[in-house]
Amino acid sequence: MADALLQIEGLTKRFGGVIASDEISLDVPGGELHAIIGPNGAGKTTLIGQLTGELDPDAGRIRFDGADITALPVHRRSQLGLARSFQITSLFLDFTALDNVALAVQAHAGHSFRFWRNARHETELREPARAALQRVGLSARADVLVANLSHGEHRQLEIAMALATGPRMLLLDEPMAGMGPEESARMVRTLRALKAELTILLVEHDMEAVFALADRITVLVYGRVIASGAPEAIRRNAEVREAYLGEQQVVVHG
Amino acid sequence: MNRLATRRGLVVAVLMIFLALLPFYTAITGNFFLLTLFTRIVILAIAATSLNLIMGYGGMVSFGHAAYIGVGGYVIGILAKEGIASGFVQWPLALAVSALFALAVGALSLRTRGVYFIMITLAFAQMIYYVAVGLDRYGGDDGLTIYRRSQFADLLNLSNRTLFYYLCLVLLVGTIYLTWRLVNSRFGMVIQGSRSNDRRMRSIGFPTFRYRLTCFVIAGTMCGLAGVLLANHTDFVSPAMMHWTRSGDLIVMVVLGGMASTFGPLIGAVALLVLEEVLSGITEYWQIILGPLLLLVVLFARGGIDGLLAGGQRG
Repeated sequence: MADALLQIEGLTKRFGGVIASDEISLDVPGGELHAIIGPNGAGKTTLIGQLTGELDPDAGRIRFDGADITALPVHRRSQLGLARSFQITSLFLDFTALDNVALAVQAHAGHSFRFWRNARHETELREPARAALQRVGLSARADVLVANLSHGEHRQLEIAMALATGPRMLLLDEPMAGMGPEESARMVRTLRALKAELTILLVEHDMEAVFALADRITVLVYGRVIASGAPEAIRRNAEVREAYLGEQQVVVHG
Repeated sequence: MNRLATRRGLVVAVLMIFLALLPFYTAITGNFFLLTLFTRIVILAIAATSLNLIMGYGGMVSFGHAAYIGVGGYVIGILAKEGIASGFVQWPLALAVSALFALAVGALSLRTRGVYFIMITLAFAQMIYYVAVGLDRYGGDDGLTIYRRSQFADLLNLSNRTLFYYLCLVLLVGTIYLTWRLVNSRFGMVIQGSRSNDRRMRSIGFPTFRYRLTCFVIAGTMCGLAGVLLANHTDFVSPAMMHWTRSGDLIVMVVLGGMASTFGPLIGAVALLVLEEVLSGITEYWQIILGPLLLLVVLFARGGIDGLLAGGQRG
């Protein structure tokens, strides 16, 4: 699979004696929505951290669009088109929703050593930001301070900011965490629409959403890939059921 | 909200008119003490405005900001002593040295955050303080008298107190305007975003360090200008002008006036220094009154005086 957009090879990360990523290898071809599931502590967020460059792997390499990005700093990966949404909402709370997204647009509109013009009046920043807000259904809340938005709206805004950087690939870290059923359903609709144009790596606990959206699923347990394949194959995989789905099923349906 | 915003606008307008008309009052009454006091206030308001740029907007709490007043001032003092009195040489050189010093301090200190940043900026300020104490040729601990103010040929005569006051006032207004343009520009958005959430800024693609460092250097240069003016105002420079308590005063002005507000530092400088003047006339132990007053502002007016005027609205 030489033409996969994201290629992970033998990625390993240790924290003291704990192996958070144990020789993870994974290919995500362009256009795929690839979900990563696994119990708490499986190393999902650690994996995302290494992909975005916030964590340095101890071994292994990451390729994006053929280029080795293992050693690139965070902002350079973002410039290449790898965008991330955070598991724990990480926004600019004292800015409005529109300001937040406009900052994301600005990050990809050349350097910011521009000292004079009022950035809030620049249509080339504000218009794409409004468009991104519209795509996640937050247009009506554009001028509200982020500190005053609801949790569900924060999650939507996270996606809008990732979108506004004009990415080729989205890394979504539990976009549905803490959402009610209604908000989750709306997020699933948003992601389904995005799936048509973007490659997405989705880390998510909400099994219903994962099986509804994913083209392929990788199961991570104790930092190790125990299975990878189409949703149906994963559902039938005995090892997966034992390690993870079984107990989850009890939680979901119990 | 509109009415409240007007209340703030009104106070700022009255303050600006007062500052603009003050020399007429002193000329009529012959009370030059007020002009001297307010020249000092205006100069320190420039320093406070520059601190607000990094501290209020950028979240970089520099506890060594008075060092730039000292650097700017000492360049004037040393050049004057060495017989170079031309302002056309003195002023650009003073600003350049302030900028370079800020570049060195910023390049190291901006790699840290929070308390460590505060401590490193303080350490640099202490270092430059003791360097000044050790300059035997330039007065050491006792300081250095400047016998000739900066010479600007026939253009400006800084020895004219009224003219000098107006020069300071114009430079203050310029500094406030420049800061206002800066913080609302793309550059300013990066600085403010980085205060709010630096990690996220990097993850959406900003190399934040270089922007923060640039901001730090701009603020250091502005504060160097305040030092240039202060040296010309008092005809004297000494290590005391960059003592760490002076850096503390600047922080108090910004917090008192209102962090991340356009006119906050000016309001804070006026409030603190006028209060200091009035209280010290009442009692020798004026700090016992000033302390609790500051405490009240910090506890009950998070946005400082400017925040009170705006009724909780920021901007």
